[in-house]
Amino acid sequence: MERPILELTGATVYFGADAALDGVDFRLFPGEVHSLMGENGAGKSTLIKAITGALQLTSGELRIDGEVMHFGSPHDAQEAGVRAVYQEIDLLPNISVAENISLGTEPRRFGLIDWKEMRERAHAVLADLGLDIDPASILGRHSLAVQQLVAIARAISTEARVLVLDEPTSSLDLDECAELFRVIRDLKERGVAIIFVSHFLDQVYEICDRVTVLRDGKLVGEYLTREFLRIDLVQAMLGRSAESLRARPRLHLADERSTEPFLSARAVSVGSGINDADVDMIEGEVLGVAGLLGSGRTELARALTGIDKLDGGIIRIQGTDESLGNPRSAISLGVVYSSENRRTEGILSELSVQENITLALQAERGVFRRIRPARQRELAMSWVDALDIRPPDLDRPAGTLSGGNQQKVLLARLLALSPRVLVLDEPTRGIDVGAKVEVQNLVGELADNGLSVMFISAELEEVLRVGNRVLIVQDGRILDTVPSEDLTADSLTALVARPEAV
Amino acid sequence: MSTTTVTAPRARLASYSRTFLDRHSSMMPTFAALLIFIALLIGAEMHFGNFLTPLNMSALLLNYAYLLILAVGMTFVIITGGIDLSVGSVMAFTGISCAKLLGEGYSAAVVIPAILLGGAAIGLLIGVLVQYFDVQPFIASLAGLFLARGLAFVVSLSSIRVENESVLWLQTTRWRFGEWYITPTGILALSVAAIGAFVLAFTRFGRTVYAVGGNEQSARLMGLNVARTKVLVYVISGVCGGLAGLVLTAYSGAGYPRNGIGTELDVIAAVVIGGTLLTGGTGYVLGSVIGVLVFATINTIIAYEGAEQAWTRIIIGLMLLMFIVVQRVIVVRSERRR
Repeated sequence: MERPILELTGATVYFGADAALDGVDFRLFPGEVHSLMGENGAGKSTLIKAITGALQLTSGELRIDGEVMHFGSPHDAQEAGVRAVYQEIDLLPNISVAENISLGTEPRRFGLIDWKEMRERAHAVLADLGLDIDPASILGRHSLAVQQLVAIARAISTEARVLVLDEPTSSLDLDECAELFRVIRDLKERGVAIIFVSHFLDQVYEICDRVTVLRDGKLVGEYLTREFLRIDLVQAMLGRSAESLRARPRLHLADERSTEPFLSARAVSVGSGINDADVDMIEGEVLGVAGLLGSGRTELARALTGIDKLDGGIIRIQGTDESLGNPRSAISLGVVYSSENRRTEGILSELSVQENITLALQAERGVFRRIRPARQRELAMSWVDALDIRPPDLDRPAGTLSGGNQQKVLLARLLALSPRVLVLDEPTRGIDVGAKVEVQNLVGELADNGLSVMFISAELEEVLRVGNRVLIVQDGRILDTVPSEDLTADSLTALVARPEAV
Repeated sequence: MSTTTVTAPRARLASYSRTFLDRHSSMMPTFAALLIFIALLIGAEMHFGNFLTPLNMSALLLNYAYLLILAVGMTFVIITGGIDLSVGSVMAFTGISCAKLLGEGYSAAVVIPAILLGGAAIGLLIGVLVQYFDVQPFIASLAGLFLARGLAFVVSLSSIRVENESVLWLQTTRWRFGEWYITPTGILALSVAAIGAFVLAFTRFGRTVYAVGGNEQSARLMGLNVARTKVLVYVISGVCGGLAGLVLTAYSGAGYPRNGIGTELDVIAAVVIGGTLLTGGTGYVLGSVIGVLVFATINTIIAYEGAEQAWTRIIIGLMLLMFIVVQRVIVVRSERRR
């Protein structure tokens, strides 16, 4: 084989006393797509940060094209042809698309920025990506998916030799993903080496040539994707036998559907997001919601839980009409919502795990009926035990937990309210496979205990596995509600992706 | 048939306006300020009949040259998402220093660079506090405010007359074009604005200022020099403070340590009225020029009316409120689009 374009040997990074990366070797060849896999906390992002100059190696060597390099800042890495696109879009919404693409390497004439040239360059790069948008428009006025593609356009606008894509597909729909893959293949042809990080195994198998697996900051191994079975990959990532993680078989509800739905919504409309939606939520059942990004699945969840005001329709709870004017009244009726934006609308990362868990309960009781500290601790501890939150340290700032454990803390916060209806919007987004399975199992157990759960996810297989019935949302309308035993992954995909004209 | 001929141009118009909005939505508050400025002028002319005279309009620039200079510096700081409360005091400190040094017989060629350096030093101090000691801009520049005001009193407790010819020349010279005139201070203020606008639009530093205001973390990840930029905007504001001290000293013919108390708030008001978002990321020097003109016009109208100066404050307060609401509406609407 030829010489690797990028090579790490014995890469070690310490945060305080903890090794986030411990003696890892990694190599990347020109013209390959290389996936970096591992659970959250395995050291993927640390490795990426070391490669892109966002943090420095404590020990170990980084070679680019055989030459030992020291990146003191992202700027140094960019100079060496290493470009990165991060999961959280790191562009500037307040300036134009063209500037976002070329900031730092703006075309200049006599030391001054050449705006015309800048726009033309941006236009050319965007056209390369098959994106037809006005380069002079302000970035913030475009959708997240477009912004993600602009971030990629930025990365490839200069001579990138190594391109790092960290969860690039998390906000893209199927078509946009296909478009991105086309671009990736094209770049690969041109000899660019690509590091592709994704939680979606399908995508890894579709696009990647090789995969490097990390666990607990250590290297597990490097494999050729086409010779590496999925089950082995998962096992390598988790380090335990995959058998133990298999999701529980989904529940079969008792056939008598005589039970009155706990919550039923009729002809619910909110703005242009959701139209004329009928939903029944039955106790002891998980209602999966399948739909593409922008289909109205989040809007539906927000409407049912009193976050957004209804423009039309009614919501009945146990047969009586209720107006869920705000989240507070919804909570008092036992209807709680967990947002898809864990970081911005969920976890309070500076507060401790304990505070995060007891927050909502205290808020519901009101300022004057303080929960005693001892009781708070006991309560929080019981949830930490019940949901197996790791590390079981109540005083740790919640932001330092892994994504999966943060999600469990959020669940604990809601469960502490003893809800009757739990609406979970993408509870498994951005968390690793092991934690995903745990959350899925937890949802199932909650339903077994009589809760009515709505489970929204972009991953159709997951919806199918967890849900007893699946609600299919498209263009703000509810297309159908189907018992999940009547569906397969393929048939559900077909339903979700069905063109509007059906 | 008729419907197509009617809708086609309308659709084209809609698409033009959409493109325009997509490109320039951040300029809307500045346009609003411009409209208000024009409305104020027309209203005043209709009310007084003799308001829109060349003499009056020329005096606007003459009387508020110092404010314009300060507003340009403040625009840089606010676009990065910061704030500089020290400018009024820096202006007083550099102004009184200028008068004192000139009184002791130093030549203007020494004194002017010295006071600009003085302003820059205080700006540097604030910038370093903000960037390297992670102090809130509000607090850091508040420290700068007290420091500069204290220094001004150290220099002199009472006002000092200026007799230096070359400094007074800045003020007394009137270049006339018919009934219009402009003073060197006016030219100075306009040049500062022109240079400021140019730097923001066409230099890498200027664009980094916007980038820092948009998202500091992202700007850093993009490989931009965030630290230097953040320090530099306070230095620029400090230099503008020094320049304003010079202009104000020339204007009043004396240095006075109590000058410019509360001026920082007038400056911030003018900048905000001109459409610069206090959250950072958007704003234009040209907007701040308009903001200063609006501020100056309201002051002049009140003086014309013979009403109490308190009304200036009330009207400026109401306008600020209005602009902040308008800005919020714009921000909220653009967030909803995402």
